[in-house]
Amino acid sequence: MFPFQFTKAPDEASALAAAASGARYIAGGTTLVDLMRETVERPAAVVDINALPYRDIDLQATRLRVGSLVRMSELATHQGVRSQFPVIAQALELSASAQIRNMASIGGNLMQRPRCLYFRDVSAACNRRVPGSGCAAIEGRNRTHAILGTSDSCVATHPSDLAVALTALDAVVITRDSSGEHRIPLSDFFRRPGGTPDQEHNLSAGALIVGIEMRVVPEGRRSGYVKVRDRESFEFALASAAVGLDIAAGKVRAARVAVGGVGTVPWRLPAVEQALVDRTAGPDLWREAASHAADGAKPLSENGFKVELVKRTVERQLATVAGLP
Amino acid sequence: MLAGCGEDEQANTATSSVVRVRINGEAREITVDNRTSLLDMLRERANLTGTKKGCDQGACGACTILVGGQRIVSCLTLAVMHDGAEITTVEGLERNGRLHPLQQAFIDEDAFQCGYCTAGQIMSGVGCIKEGHTGSDAEIREWMSGNVCRCGAYTNIVTAVANAARNT
Repeated sequence: MFPFQFTKAPDEASALAAAASGARYIAGGTTLVDLMRETVERPAAVVDINALPYRDIDLQATRLRVGSLVRMSELATHQGVRSQFPVIAQALELSASAQIRNMASIGGNLMQRPRCLYFRDVSAACNRRVPGSGCAAIEGRNRTHAILGTSDSCVATHPSDLAVALTALDAVVITRDSSGEHRIPLSDFFRRPGGTPDQEHNLSAGALIVGIEMRVVPEGRRSGYVKVRDRESFEFALASAAVGLDIAAGKVRAARVAVGGVGTVPWRLPAVEQALVDRTAGPDLWREAASHAADGAKPLSENGFKVELVKRTVERQLATVAGLP
Repeated sequence: MLAGCGEDEQANTATSSVVRVRINGEAREITVDNRTSLLDMLRERANLTGTKKGCDQGACGACTILVGGQRIVSCLTLAVMHDGAEITTVEGLERNGRLHPLQQAFIDEDAFQCGYCTAGQIMSGVGCIKEGHTGSDAEIREWMSGNVCRCGAYTNIVTAVANAARNT
């Protein structure tokens, strides 16, 4: 780890000022400390934002707002969230370990960086870490990498489970910078790698995430998250699915479907959703709709299995969520 | 590996900080290089070596401690982030010479072989019991998945946590 200056911001203005001078925000630290130790991240200054007042979980009749410094475990145990948005609680409890969920913040979860081994190995070529250096994964060990949203520059999978659930729910990221407050729909928040994989988000320079917000919807109440992985717990997804359904009189009225473990960003599946709406609920529909889950996929040398896996993951989760009381 | 955590190093005020914490009830004031993990501060500066360093990347759980009563991995957080914190390590579990019920359960159930992961398992188990995730063996296994045991003592660890939960 390289030496750095450390300050603790007593309020938002000092945090923004520190960031304007080049400091990196730290909240839970579970990603940043790890990457600083590996020298992937080398900030000259770090500003601790844990004293800022973004700690509330505010569930109203029509919307949920979550402060960015709420910890993963806090959000997962919130009774209102568990009943109105089971997909959020499940995505969180299937993430990381109990210890890390007690540390990691919701804002930091959105900002976590890829788990690609070449990104984390400073001796390997990685366009995300060193723009222009190449991508060792494309011709290397890429079994866990993405099949959707990839480019010739980068094929790293987005690691967050929570972001997949939030993408399905059309959540909005609330940020503040020197020009005031901004609202960024999650669908515009994450950038696909394209030719600039080092630019991961559409955040203005020095912006601070203060919270996330989403509407309370019927598909939130009937929702759930499934995660398929190499071991049963404490592992990243090979494929995951966040599904929310509104079903009445045997028909699907509205559907929300997003997948993880397969995309360079959390991946919404509008084609699957369109195939579901106004159709009669049942196994045939789940299979037909899920057949679109890998549309546009470009498998790499070792991850072709994800094409079929993500379809089956979506099909299974459609059936599971439809079967909920 | 221990970059910046030795006390003999000349303190650079731009890149070091004073941390005031209560560790197992005792007030401590320690000047650390900003790079020092909470784990390294406990082991190398507070001389509490019960907390173990396994992977140093949050994957094994050997360094689990309680901060403000919540279990965390002390390797993935900086000591300077914990000014004012209340910290409990495995050395702080006993009361008046009597082991914590989970420590005793680990002995009674033979829940370890080499013992390297044990302090982390016990601290994590204390958190697991407090959080109420001991309803079944499967639930304990899921909520203890942040702690790896290379000897494979999992069966007896689960039994120890379940028994301690019943008797707490």
